[in-house]
Amino acid sequence: MSELIRKTAAELAELIRTKEVSAVEVARAHLDRIAEVDGAVHAFLHVAEEGAIQSATLVDEAQEPASPLAGVPLALKDVFTTIDMPTTAGSKILEGWRPPYDATVTARLRAAGITILGKTNMDEFAMGSSTEHSAYGTTHNPWDLDRVPGGSGGGSAASLAAFEAPLAIGTDTGGSIRQPAAFTGTVGVKPTYGGVSRYGLIACASSLDQAGPCARTVLDAALLHEVIAGYDPLDSTSIDQPVPSVVAATKQGASGDLSGLRVGVVRELTGEGYEAGVQASFDAAVRQLEKLGADVVEVSCPHFTTGISAYYLILPSEVSSNLARFDAMRYGLRVNQGASAEEVMAATREIGFGPEVKRRIMLGTYALSAGYYDAYYGQAQKVRTLIARDFAAAFQQADVLLSPATPTTAFPIGAKIDDPVSMYLNDLATIPTNLAGTAALSVPSGLADGLPVGLQVMAPALGEAVMYRVAAAYEAARGPAPMPEVKA
Amino acid sequence: MTAPTYDLIDFDEVLEKFDPTLGLEVHVELSTQTKMFCGCPTEFGAEPNTQVCPTCLGLPGSLPVVNRSAVEAAIRIGLALNCSIAPWCRFARKNYFYPDMPKNFQTSQYDEPIAFDGYLDVILDDGETFRVGIERAHMEEDTGKSLHVGGATGRIHGAEYSLLDYNRAGVPLIEIVTKMIPGTRERAPEIARAYVTALRDLVKALGVSDVRMDQGSMRCDVNLSLAPRDSGELGTRSETKNVNSLRSVERAVRYEMSRQAGVLLAGGEVIQETRHFQEDTASTRSGRRKETSEDYRYFPEPDLVPIAPSAEWVEELRGTMPELPWARRARLKQEWQLSDEELRDLVNAGALDLIEATVAAGAPAGDARSWWVAYLTQQANTREVALDELPITPAQVAHVIELVSSGALTNKLARSAVDGVLAGEGDVDAVVAARGLVVSDEGELVAAVDAALAAQPDVADKIRGGKVAAAGAIVGAVMKATGGKADAKRVRELIIERCS
Amino acid sequence: MSADPGSPGPTLGRDDVAHLARLARLAVTEDELDLFAGQLDTIIEWVAKVGEIAAVDVPPTSHAVPLENVFRPDELRPGLTQEQALAGAPASQDGRFRVPRILGEEQ
Repeated sequence: MSELIRKTAAELAELIRTKEVSAVEVARAHLDRIAEVDGAVHAFLHVAEEGAIQSATLVDEAQEPASPLAGVPLALKDVFTTIDMPTTAGSKILEGWRPPYDATVTARLRAAGITILGKTNMDEFAMGSSTEHSAYGTTHNPWDLDRVPGGSGGGSAASLAAFEAPLAIGTDTGGSIRQPAAFTGTVGVKPTYGGVSRYGLIACASSLDQAGPCARTVLDAALLHEVIAGYDPLDSTSIDQPVPSVVAATKQGASGDLSGLRVGVVRELTGEGYEAGVQASFDAAVRQLEKLGADVVEVSCPHFTTGISAYYLILPSEVSSNLARFDAMRYGLRVNQGASAEEVMAATREIGFGPEVKRRIMLGTYALSAGYYDAYYGQAQKVRTLIARDFAAAFQQADVLLSPATPTTAFPIGAKIDDPVSMYLNDLATIPTNLAGTAALSVPSGLADGLPVGLQVMAPALGEAVMYRVAAAYEAARGPAPMPEVKA
Repeated sequence: MTAPTYDLIDFDEVLEKFDPTLGLEVHVELSTQTKMFCGCPTEFGAEPNTQVCPTCLGLPGSLPVVNRSAVEAAIRIGLALNCSIAPWCRFARKNYFYPDMPKNFQTSQYDEPIAFDGYLDVILDDGETFRVGIERAHMEEDTGKSLHVGGATGRIHGAEYSLLDYNRAGVPLIEIVTKMIPGTRERAPEIARAYVTALRDLVKALGVSDVRMDQGSMRCDVNLSLAPRDSGELGTRSETKNVNSLRSVERAVRYEMSRQAGVLLAGGEVIQETRHFQEDTASTRSGRRKETSEDYRYFPEPDLVPIAPSAEWVEELRGTMPELPWARRARLKQEWQLSDEELRDLVNAGALDLIEATVAAGAPAGDARSWWVAYLTQQANTREVALDELPITPAQVAHVIELVSSGALTNKLARSAVDGVLAGEGDVDAVVAARGLVVSDEGELVAAVDAALAAQPDVADKIRGGKVAAAGAIVGAVMKATGGKADAKRVRELIIERCS
Repeated sequence: MSADPGSPGPTLGRDDVAHLARLARLAVTEDELDLFAGQLDTIIEWVAKVGEIAAVDVPPTSHAVPLENVFRPDELRPGLTQEQALAGAPASQDGRFRVPRILGEEQ
């Protein structure tokens, strides 16, 4: 059934559960689709055909479904360790690396009976907003193959938009789930920091990274959210509290009644710097929510505008330290230039890392240097506190906050690659959430000039339920979203 | 251009012209079951790279989780050093590249140590107390071990390649740093050694580490600087590593004082550098020159959350403190009525524990002490072993003492009994019987008593007349006749009986 | 570094970039030095905006989540076998990772 690839994860799960269709059939349909279009899209770095069929077979043979998503296929961002698949983080320095352990997220997906189809493309070590910084070639946006799918998780988002998988997992450090979701017309969620385990998630910026669910519908994302989220004793920053009931909140939201709810439009995240088409789509979405009964207020978060500068100090600092371990001594690439360990290290890192990674490592090294720490990293951490306070004050006035997910729609491949700062500005709207550690998602809000726009809904820490509720209500009122046809 | 060579100045001359300032950094390897940030074993001697996991190997994606027992040990060390315990502190990353560190950063503590601002009162040989200020004690993780292959000496210089074993990577370490120690004058080497010794004894009493300098579970770096005498200034300091014994601590201080004085007196400048102690020549050698001083780019460890020991937890841990060495010594000095010299002699002989255990087994303190300090020390010296390595237990010694005080054994025969135990002939009673050290046969005793009474009829009359004290002479005669093997107390009883 | 540490004023020259590359163990090429110097200079000017915020009395945040005292008990947990540990090693010998000769000193 080629139509299997058009179904939602919830629908597929039900078909599998009632044995109307086998998990193996579903897996094959998606593997066929990948073979058909991925030459053009390049969402996948590794397709695990054998492993997928094996996993699906186990689901078909099981007496009871392992989870509400048993047998549903999924694309996994290549930043999570997988014991039976290479894990490269989009970098040459880890080409072919086979980790000896599974990430907690990986383990939970397997335990849920989800069929992992393979690993998806990403900006190298999750640093980028277009996937153009992948060492393995960029991913192409299914809406227009000459455009970027966003980044760093462009592969995961593109796989959804190309119907190569109904579910995907990404990571969001400054918008790497939400921005590609907006660029590809899909749903992407960044949970509260600490909501999903980072054990086995190759670190970019430790205090900002968070894994999250990606799908074509809010319900699918919610179902996946409940599989992966929850306390992990292997992650000291993991929150030991019950996972918010996002599936129930989604179902409640789909009824379409938002009366009593206050939604806050963040003044600093609209207007100047936002493309006209994006702004128009956002304004329409806000009106839609009002029609559903929500009270719309305007809130001001004055420090949000400095957030991006603080982010591009904190992230490189943590990155410069996190990536020091890639030194050719214990795993990964070794370039045997030079006789000493030091020379081999430097040569390997020079060849193994791309320019964006090198820039950020040097920037971080600079920011943490003696004499510079207070002015840069130290100061950035203070700005972070101010942003958290802005959020806290705003959440007094509104239950959720709203903004466009990105300032623009998907830009052409190559358009921003030579101008780092213009690339960084993609993250204007998404970064404050990462700095504060709160939750946010992007849900498709229509098209602008034929390209998808995303509506960002932000919630307080552990407030995912209300965020999913609003997104589900909006999604139901919006109606079916258009999807692209990949011209393979 | 070759480096200038300087004279080594004679110790007395150094002190005439300069004042030394000391600083000591000691790393203690904790004896927890698992590592600081993961559940890998810490046991020594395993096959290489068999006690590792993604976390201590620093594999991409791995994360640390703090070992609670290590935190408790750190707090207890801090309390024992009279430190304040931080109500809130964090770990920090110390960033530098070296192949024995899997992450190329060490998770340590920087400006927020868990314990700070304490002191240790060190008792010197002559009984004088010297207070060493403690700057801080903090938690960190150990590195892996490297084997350098191909060079002449197995050391890093000239090696062709290195082999890394990460079993030790991640083992918990507590670093204890003293405040600068001025005013030590000619006692600097002695005080340095006494401090490290006292710290070792204290940590050992807490039971948190084996503190064996020869095995690396306790490591000491010696910092020393000289300033012109009575100037109140501070000179440039050197740091000496590879100091692997208490004796080396003392010698490193002594050598550095002589060396630095030589540099300064010749008009040179002391270089701030890391030096290495050379065991065989009791000297220090310069380490590799560095281009620039290391910038560790410290920042708070984002993968860990702050540690905020509650007041209740700290008090609970304070309650688990054993009697600390000097408190115990003070108590024993008082209980056993010792002078300072006597106490010092016992401490130096390593006899305190043994005597205390013997007393605990029922012996009077004076007897316990004299046995261990005299006869048993003699035996240990003859056998060339330490006192606590003698094959006799305090309980056995206590039993021997009891037999002597009850009259069953004379002192001479008691020594024979001890000899038998040391020779492995068995337990005390078994040896006494086997060697025939007492006359146990009642009939034999009666016969001996009668014979003695018969031999001294006038004494016998006195006893019959009520002069019990006169029995002493008969007891003596019986003891002589039996070669000391009669139970003197029983003999006396029999005499009274036979004369009534 | 040529920049004045008291005020975050940029001017990151080639030499500064070369120094950073050395600290970070990156053997950057001559061409990269020029490219990166220009780019980093621009970026630093842009991120230095954090200095415009007066935040003297604001405590820094190093954790978004207010967790404290997260511990694990001192209990053994299964780890990797020697084979697993060495599986990705570029070179190994006698159960150990083999690395080229080390010039620097242990800390």
